[in-house]
Amino acid sequence: MRADLVSASFSGAVEFIFAPQESNVTGGKEVGGFDKTLELLVGHIEVTVLALALALLIALPLGLYLGHKGRGELLAVGIGNAGRAIPELAVIALVATLVGIGMRNVAPALALLGIAPILVNAYVGVRQVDPAAVDAARGMGMSELSIIRKVEFPLAVPTVMGGIRGAAIVIVATATIAPLAGVETLGDFILNRNVYGENGLLAGAILVALLALTIEGLLALLQRRLTSDGLKVKTA
Amino acid sequence: MASPAPLAAAGQVGGDFFKERSSDTLPCQANESHLFCFDWARENIDRYGTPTQQHLEIVVLSVAIGFAVAFALALLAHRTRRLQPPLLAATGVLYTIPSIAFFFLLLPVTGFGRDTAIIVLSAYTLQIIYRNTMLGLGNVPDSVRDAARGMGLTNRQILWKVELPLATPEIIAGLRVATASTIAIATLVVLISAGGLGTEMYGSNFNFPTAILIAVAIIALMVLAFDLLLLTAQRLLTPWRKARSG
Repeated sequence: MRADLVSASFSGAVEFIFAPQESNVTGGKEVGGFDKTLELLVGHIEVTVLALALALLIALPLGLYLGHKGRGELLAVGIGNAGRAIPELAVIALVATLVGIGMRNVAPALALLGIAPILVNAYVGVRQVDPAAVDAARGMGMSELSIIRKVEFPLAVPTVMGGIRGAAIVIVATATIAPLAGVETLGDFILNRNVYGENGLLAGAILVALLALTIEGLLALLQRRLTSDGLKVKTA
Repeated sequence: MASPAPLAAAGQVGGDFFKERSSDTLPCQANESHLFCFDWARENIDRYGTPTQQHLEIVVLSVAIGFAVAFALALLAHRTRRLQPPLLAATGVLYTIPSIAFFFLLLPVTGFGRDTAIIVLSAYTLQIIYRNTMLGLGNVPDSVRDAARGMGLTNRQILWKVELPLATPEIIAGLRVATASTIAIATLVVLISAGGLGTEMYGSNFNFPTAILIAVAIIALMVLAFDLLLLTAQRLLTPWRKARSG
């Protein structure tokens, strides 16, 4: 098997991304190319965004609320610890086995993986807010909801965003094996080696790595935009 | 029939993946409402021996190597402060690259098999162990450091006899997270033919949850066992904490 791989090279993989080529397994049929890459890239981003949005919708309000109330520490921390130990392959395999395949089943499964980091970080972030700031806000007559929205959340942004970035990383990564459950993503190039060949395999790996780094970079930028200037001065 | 035939290397994926495995044709597979087939589990539990052992070996080696490297880097950064930002960034980038992509990016260099798996998995532990070690060392109060210096301890003695013992809870916390996530990610090394419990998930028919659930249960037990082990180690290494809290 090791000998097969001599045929894979980084230059070959880059060519594969931009122009269709004959692979070592297809017997003359051309595979890969920019159109296919774009199609799979869109699929990958689609399922990632959907799953991340779903995870945010569930975990962010819950984490902020629990942190605000100071309740459910065991729940939040327990989910966080258990979440890290969930094997991604098991999630995809079990969803395909027990629930079904396709975007509608896979996106919620990926969201499940993103819930743990978002929930824990939102909880911890709000708990770390100086109680004096919250008391002052309450003394000024702010409602509980606006305390969360205007005091606790802005002060917790760096921690909350850390959780969202963690969730994005695990979702993008797991979306790579989503083709096993019938969702076409960049993982197709990797998993279907008998269609795309060795160059496709390597091309898939390069694309997935670049996509993850790009998303991480964008979220880091977003974090800087969302963090209030007051907090930046303190940390500088 | 029931003898656990060694699975073909799971390198072949795609279409083959969904093919039925001949040894899986057992009574309750026909009935799809079965979530868990105890008959199959009883007859086939022995097939999990080798994958479990492979899984354990890969996890222990990866975490050990990751710890050695991250710990050394943390000590270096502790002494030379200006190394801290680049090291944090470097370990962070490694952590961001999805493991599956990482495996295959290394293939032209290290090929299929366990070496590649261990390199990737140990690279993944660096961030959390490095960060927690730095956090622990940073949490040591300056007054304690001053007292140690006042007692005439050298810098090296302060590090090994004062700072590191006080940082042990954070370091162990990092190891616990790193070990748990390594056990989980190690299911993916089946993709590069490095064995492990992923073999039984990946190789099993996707119509047959029993095989997957057994692997998941073994993984959960493994996570718990390592967690208990590390907690015990922490208790033994920091006897003064028990005295204070008790």
